[in-house]
Amino acid sequence: MAVVTPADVRAPIDLALRGRRRDVLGLVFRLGLLGMLLLSLAVLLILIVTTLVDAWPVLSDRGMDFVTRDGSSLASRTGVRQGLVGSLILVGFVAVIALPIGIAAAVYLQEYARDTRLNRVLVANIRNLAGVPSVVYGILGLVVFVQALRSVTGPETYGRSYVSGGLTLAVLVMPIVILITMEALRAVPAGIREGAYGVGATRWEVVRSHVLPYAAPGIFTGAILALARAFGETAPLLLVGAVTGYLNTPSGRTPIEALQGPYTALPTQVFAWAKLPGEDWQANTAAAIIVLLVAILVVNFIAILLRNRYERAW
Amino acid sequence: MRTGPAPVTLDLMRGSAARRRKERVVQAVFGAAALLGLVISLAIVLALIEGAVRWLFSIDLGWLWSDGWYPRRNDFDLLTIFLGTMIIAVAAMLVATPLGLGAAAYLSEYATPRLRRTLKPVIETLASIPSVVLGYFALQWITPELVQRVFPSAGTFNLLSAGLGVGILTIPLVASVAEDAMHAVPASLREAAYGIGARRRTVTARVVFPAAVSGIVASMILGFSRAVGETMVVAIAAGATGGALRTIDPLDRGQSMTGAISSLAIGSDQVRGSGFAFDSLFFVGLLLFAITFLLNVVSERFVRRVRSRY
Repeated sequence: MAVVTPADVRAPIDLALRGRRRDVLGLVFRLGLLGMLLLSLAVLLILIVTTLVDAWPVLSDRGMDFVTRDGSSLASRTGVRQGLVGSLILVGFVAVIALPIGIAAAVYLQEYARDTRLNRVLVANIRNLAGVPSVVYGILGLVVFVQALRSVTGPETYGRSYVSGGLTLAVLVMPIVILITMEALRAVPAGIREGAYGVGATRWEVVRSHVLPYAAPGIFTGAILALARAFGETAPLLLVGAVTGYLNTPSGRTPIEALQGPYTALPTQVFAWAKLPGEDWQANTAAAIIVLLVAILVVNFIAILLRNRYERAW
Repeated sequence: MRTGPAPVTLDLMRGSAARRRKERVVQAVFGAAALLGLVISLAIVLALIEGAVRWLFSIDLGWLWSDGWYPRRNDFDLLTIFLGTMIIAVAAMLVATPLGLGAAAYLSEYATPRLRRTLKPVIETLASIPSVVLGYFALQWITPELVQRVFPSAGTFNLLSAGLGVGILTIPLVASVAEDAMHAVPASLREAAYGIGARRRTVTARVVFPAAVSGIVASMILGFSRAVGETMVVAIAAGATGGALRTIDPLDRGQSMTGAISSLAIGSDQVRGSGFAFDSLFFVGLLLFAITFLLNVVSERFVRRVRSRY
């Protein structure tokens, strides 16, 4: 009868436990995943570099002249000033309308609402709204702001005005603001609220003095990202009548007349120019994209910095 | 006679009337803001249905079936733009699924916390690139440098380039939803696998992936829904502003539902304002809304399954 001694089993078990064999498949798997990640980042890099190369003739020859000039049908004289100003006005609309309403709605849904069926429907509805394609918001803006409310939004421009464009973008961005704010509020620990309730604060006092200040960095970051999103939106503006060609802005209008007047935006200009033939227009398109990207990336960068600076673990 | 603190009454605990009134006003205002979401949804549905029904009653239903989408000639072949949308969305998912899921798996399972903190913002940056920019990129780089190199027969405008461009836009969405799902898998599951000697590859592919599969499916459905609703890349790079023949070849120029809406809106079909051609955008919009709504509801189901499990 063969006797198995401890020495006999020791060697194979040792080998199996230490497993010195190289895990080739594991390495391939890991490199594969890393490759996918790097490829995603490479796309971003290629996009920025090729656009910069295309834009270089315009940026180096004209520099700030390109940023400060109005649109023109001449490729060598056109500029993005009107688009840039238009986009900033639209984003201003979004900030004034969508941010307060969105944050208020989020506070209600997260802090006030009990777990009733109506409130569950409200939250599910917001989630769905956030997934509605932006052109559909454009159609909504066309029907409501351009056609139905024409007398308010732009009596002389068939409703195709800053007001219509800004309101449409505000509606588009509001669900995003609500969802991000709700998430920031949810991250505030219950102990903070209970501390305030414990000394007799009402619900609104708890929210104002405890919950909102603690959630502020998250809300602020979300708000900035939402505004950046509004800055780059194009499709809904095409439906609510942003001017894609030359925009005539007569002087001497009151601010209200100007807001009810025709408008253009930077992404709309990019779209219009991208469809024009010829290398000089291609260079202009690329240069306008660089202006757009610089604006959006700087804003994003600030938002991320703020988040990293103020984000806290509980 | 009794001295000492006054007795605490219910009235005292309720606080001042002014404070309670303020509380009620604030709650009403915030509640109204929350209801606004419902109003917006209702407005969207009503606007789309009203326009779509008006259009359907004004046209000859035979126009809905022909050999292409040419609103100018009353050819409203819905299959043309539906197929265009599907070709673009499938091409987009061919890009976004491997890249998005691969990036998510690496960030969730392999990356050190430090690398994660640096790379996540970069992916978020990709998410903030406007779609017009991707449209230009698809037309000026993807078409000549990728598509036409591999398929020399492809034209300047083709559905494949548009689809690849949309796919790039979709990567961050897929990556972030999938990463959330993988990250939500409890550490104990991984540790149990490591405890019986599994390698990281085995843990990722055989433990984390199956445990997070609902969220991963949700990320893909959401990505598909986003791709279906993407407009500007199609409007610039697919090139069928005047209309398109029905095609199933991704190398052909073509039109999607979103592209059809935008070109009707800007009047590049030379139909602006004229009768039923323009109004067809309401019907196409309704279809688009219905499709994306369905996809979003389904993906929400899957996400909820992950949430309830862990």
